[in-house]
Formats: sequence, C-alpha cells, structure tokens
Amino acid sequence: MSLNGNYRARILLLTLAVLLSAQYISASDGGELRWGGDSEGGEPYVFPNPKNPREIMGFEVDLAGLLGRELNRRAVFVQNQWDGLVAGLERGSYDVVLNGLEVTEDRKRRINFSVPYYATYNQISVRAETDSINSMADLRGKTVGVLQNTPAQRLLERESGTRVRAYPGQINAYDDLANGRLDAVVMDWPIAIYCHKHYSRLKFVGQPSDLVQYAIGVRKEDTALLQQLNEALRKLIESGELRRVYEKWGIWNGETEKLFAADSASREALDDYQESVTRELTFKERVRQYIGYLPILLVQGAPMTLTISTLSMALAVALGLVLALMNLYGPRPLAWLARAYIEVIRGTPLLIQLYLIFYGLPNVGIRLSPLMAAVAGLGLNYAAYEAENYRAGIQAIPRGQMEAALSLGMTRAQALRHVILPQSLRLVIPPVTNDFIALFKDSSIVSVITMVELTKVYGQLASSNYDYIGIGILTAGIYFLLGLPFIKLARWAENHFAFDKRTPAAARRRWLGVGAKPAMD
Amino acid sequence: MTAHISVENLWKSFDGVPVLRDINLDIKASELIVIIGPSGCGKSTLLRCLNGLELFDSGRISIGEIALERHEGLKEKDFNARLRALREEVGMVFQSFNLFPHLTLIQNVTKAPVVVKGMDRGSAEEKAKELLDKVGLSDRIDYYPSQLSGGQQQRAAIARALMMSPRVMLYDEPTSALDPSLVNEVLQIMRKLDDDGLTQIVVTHEMRFARDAADRIIFLSEGEVVESASPDVFFTSPRDPRAQEFIRSYL
Repeated sequence: MSLNGNYRARILLLTLAVLLSAQYISASDGGELRWGGDSEGGEPYVFPNPKNPREIMGFEVDLAGLLGRELNRRAVFVQNQWDGLVAGLERGSYDVVLNGLEVTEDRKRRINFSVPYYATYNQISVRAETDSINSMADLRGKTVGVLQNTPAQRLLERESGTRVRAYPGQINAYDDLANGRLDAVVMDWPIAIYCHKHYSRLKFVGQPSDLVQYAIGVRKEDTALLQQLNEALRKLIESGELRRVYEKWGIWNGETEKLFAADSASREALDDYQESVTRELTFKERVRQYIGYLPILLVQGAPMTLTISTLSMALAVALGLVLALMNLYGPRPLAWLARAYIEVIRGTPLLIQLYLIFYGLPNVGIRLSPLMAAVAGLGLNYAAYEAENYRAGIQAIPRGQMEAALSLGMTRAQALRHVILPQSLRLVIPPVTNDFIALFKDSSIVSVITMVELTKVYGQLASSNYDYIGIGILTAGIYFLLGLPFIKLARWAENHFAFDKRTPAAARRRWLGVGAKPAMD
Repeated sequence: MTAHISVENLWKSFDGVPVLRDINLDIKASELIVIIGPSGCGKSTLLRCLNGLELFDSGRISIGEIALERHEGLKEKDFNARLRALREEVGMVFQSFNLFPHLTLIQNVTKAPVVVKGMDRGSAEEKAKELLDKVGLSDRIDYYPSQLSGGQQQRAAIARALMMSPRVMLYDEPTSALDPSLVNEVLQIMRKLDDDGLTQIVVTHEMRFARDAADRIIFLSEGEVVESASPDVFFTSPRDPRAQEFIRSYL
C-alpha cells in the first residue's frame, strides 16, 4: 500500500514538473521580451525602487514596458554587470540590451543597434570650490573619474596628461570627487543630474559637448526583432509617448529633441549603413591583434600586479609573524586579540574588506591612495592566513627543543628567536609560497577600487573588443609566467634551509670519503 | 664548582592526581645520585622539577645559594627570574638528546653561552672545542646532529650542557634511546665527570651503572622516596618490600 502511494505521489510530481517547465519554455519563447541591464547604481536608467528594493524602476523600465506593449510581449528584466552587457547578449542571457548603451563603432562590429532612443552629452562635475576647470580642455593634468568602457573613458584616455580613473559604478566616482580623490567626474548628463542630488557640494561646469546616443543592442542574427523594435520606437517617438517618459523623469533635452525631429527616411539609410560596417576579422589579423595586446598587458598591467602582490605579501608575512607570536605566547588579552583578528579576517570576504578600507575609511578621515588601500587590504587579509601558517610551523617543532633551550638558561624569547623560529621557517616555506601564489592571483580583485592591474587591463581589452577567450588565455598565460620565478625561488629556499642536506664542505668530504661514513640515526 | 642540593616537602600533581608526595632529599656536593623506580613512579617529574621545567605545587628546592619556593603572594616575575638563575646552575640531558637540528655541533654547543651569557664567539668556540674533545667528538664539530649516531648525539648534548658551567648535572634516562653498543660511551663520560667532582643526578635503568658508579641510590615508588641507600646496601639488603620486589625483577 505504502509503496503504491509513494509511486502515485512521484508520478504526480513528475507530471507537474513537466507541465511547469513546458509552460515556462513557451512563455519565454513567444511571450517574453527579455532585456538586459545593470540595476546597480543605475539611476535614472534602471534602479531598485528605494521603497521596495525588489521592484525596479527608471526611464528604461518604462521604455521596455512600452516596447513590450508594441511587440505584444511581456518585458522581463535580466540583471547583468554593465561592462559585460554585450557579452551577455551574445551568450543569449537575454534578447536585447537596453541600458544606456552608447552607439560606438567597435560595438557595431559585434551587435546591431536599433535607431537611437535618447541623445545626451558628457557632463563635467567638479567640487563647488573648484574654479580652475571650465571645459574638457581644462581636464589636462587633472585626475578624472569616468565609468568603465564608456566613450568618455576612451575620449579622455586619448588626451595625454589626464589621469583617468575608471569606476564600475558612478556612486563611487562621485564619492571620490566629493572626498577629494578626484578633481572632476565626466559622465552622461542624466547620470550626473541624478547623482548631484546626493551631493550638495558639487557643481556642473562646461558646455554640452561630445554627443552620445543610446540605442537598443540586438544580436546580429535577430534581424526580424531589430525591425520590430525600430518600428515600435518610431511609433513611440511619433506618438509623443517616449517624450512623456523622459519628461516624467526630468531628462528631456535639446539633443533628444533634435534626434526625434530628424527625417525618419534618413534613418533607414543609417540602418543599412550600420549593417554594412560590421565585418569579421581574418585569422592573420586576429593574431596580429593579440601580439599588439601583449605590450599593453605587460606594460600597463603586469608591473602593478607585481608591485601590489610583493608589497602586500611583505606586509602579510611580517604582520602574520607578530600575530602568531601574540596568539601563542602573548598574555591572555593580546592572545585573544590576535585570535579574534585572525578569525574575523578569515571569516569575512576580502572584497568587503577592500570596500571598507577604500570607501569606508575616508568617512573617518583616513584617505588612502588606491595602491595603499590595495596593499593594506590584501596584506591585512593574508596576514591572518600567514599567522596560522606560522602557528602550525611553530607547533610542529617538538617540545623537547623548547625545553632544551630553556634548560640552557635561555628566556622564552631567546629560545624562539634562536631555536624554534629558524626551524619553523623551513616548515612554513611551502604553505607561505602557496599563499603568495594565491595572493598573486587574488590581487586581481583590487580592480574594484580603481586599481589598473593585469586583470583590469584584460577586462578593458576584452570588453572593448568583445573577445573574452583569446585575451583571457593570453592574460592567464602572463599570470602563470610571472608566478613561475617565485615558485622556483621558494624551491631554492626550501633546499637552502633544509638542515640535513646542508652539509659543510669539510663534512661533505668526509661523507664521500671511503669508509668514513658516519652512522645515521 | 659543585653544589649542594636540598628538596623539602615537595608536592606535585597533574590534573589533581599527585605524582610527587612530600619528597625530601639532601644531596651533598660532588655526589653521584642514581634515581630508580618502576615507570610512572615520578622520577622524571622530580628531575624536571629540579630545573623548573615542571612547576611544583608546594615545597622548596635549593641548589647552592639559590632557593625556589612556591607560596601565595610570590610575584610571577620574581619567580621567573629565580627560575632562570636556578637553570644557569643546572645542566640537563634528555632521553631524546634534543640537539638543535638546524645547527652544527659547534653551533649547538656555543649557542647558549653566546646568547645567554654574552660570551664572545671566539672564546666560546675555544671552550666548546675543549669540551667536545673531552666527550670524544673533536673530529665532528662541523656535522649536523642528523649525521651522528645516537651515542655521539648524547655526548654532544652533555658537552652542550657543560658549556654553561653548571654546578649540577641532571640526566633523564640518558641511555634509554640508545643502541646497547653505544650505552657505554655515554656512561663513561658521566664517570669522568664524577671524577672531576661534579654533582650529578641520574634517572636510569642501567643497574650495573647504578651499582658501580653511584654514591647513593634513591628508590621512588608512587611518588614517594621509599629507599635511600648506598649501592651495596640497596642491592643486597633493601628494607622496603617494594624495592626488594624491584631488584628481584631486575637481577
């Protein structure tokens, strides 16, 4: 009986599962318009409703809704990191990209763009007391914040003498402008006006310049969808509904007005042009391209990765020893403090620690440069792991060693310094090397605090060329080759400090001499 | 050079289990004392108490002019300072030698005097060579411990302890870890030191050595001194039945 009932329940569940999945497939097949965007700090484009964070809002949410209505499909938002939006589209995570995606030549090579739905310009923001910056030309010699992979970043990086800091999100950039790390921020005007609401001490300067157009990104093969979207957009422009959306969000501007007034016939021609400029690279061109990337990765990324790794490992090794000694031999409060430090640091994410050091500490008046913050963050984090390595190394030394040293009249400190630590050192070389290699790769995480190192350069190259595989393998290879000398060095050190192999010349001669071989225990 | 030792009312327990119960000893300068007894009787613990590797619960130990006492109100700092002073008077040799494996023999022997007494390296090495010669290792001074036999290691450990010019030497089963053929070379050195007049206390199972070399035998059982007599008396007519039983099982 019970067996029977069990079977029936299982069959029922199975049927239900099949029904549900079938329904899901049919819904996303015809009934959904899946659009990709990044809602993290995305005001006023796409952002979580402050009153109900599970809901998203923004002018692009409204636009997606209108497009869905025109196409008779339900608009479904798909969250994706902004600088990976095009890659996500190609991967098939969603049907379209609708998230302030500027029309640029290199993007057109990979995807199709709809007709533009919004036009704006780059807006310069500075602190209220700054009066030396009044135009893009004045940014020379200044430190300027931009968003990663935007036309603004490329524009400013072409200007020699401008120090460009690329941020993953605009909030961090405006924070750093307010607290003095940056001299100016250049971003699309709608971002700027929304961000300025949070900062009373910032102002706009300069004239509208460098026109930027947003359009919907569509996969190359989805030509029918592109046609439908273009038709829908034209309808929304003509009916004035799109304008009302922009007015509702307070971002209706002259540039968009001009865009909408332009002759729609000429836009058909533009569509044709856009399709014709996209071309696949030949194998030879691709190889030449990769060789061209090498110096960029090696010069812009690798030295910084090496600097960060070695400095933070030096900090970790030194602080780790102090922590281990405090933990093992310190008076109770110190031992407890060391233990607490080790457990808290090991038990919390490195990423959050970095954010706290870089974005949190300025609130209490400690403003570290990105390099200092990166070294401090990685060093303080790895110190906890090194402390445990040392502890294991010290505890692995037989108790008799400490007893022999004490019975010879040494203090505990002298015994540690002359007897225990020299023996532990050799034991901890392999795990410390292991950690150094891990840190070497973990250093890629500091790109979140605007450090430009190897992985960051990779991200920039890969996202602007839409090539995550080729450049990825190239970058991984560079990491591997850079790490090799350190592995070799550790091997050498391990042998060098191995006391049973380290035979002095005199002894070695006797060692090898006939019949004089000393007994081994 | 050598010192008189006295132990009064020494108590010591591990986790509430008493291992030494009211030990009283009086050892004259230059005596060679052998402590024997069944395993677990507390003989190693007694030895370790004598140089402060184990802290006793109550009682008093004095070696030469330095006395170590445990009582309420004694500051830990003062106690530790006296502990170190005591250790400078006492040399200790362990069953497992405990040479420093990362140092050569000469470094093993000179480390402590240079670090603890601030002796300059030159005169430390001179003295070390003398002592290593005394224990028959003058041709091994640049070897690492792992390249030596057990007997050689233990002789080096004795030289290392002698470097600190102790007035008392303690040996905790110095030959138990040795190949039988290597035992004698170590015992020979202890005899030589006895001839020099050094006070020595040896915990051992070497009954022949006890009988031939000791000035006095102390027999411990269950944490108590149950017999203290010259070897002749101890091995022929012990008073305590536990000692009688022990000797019977050995001879």
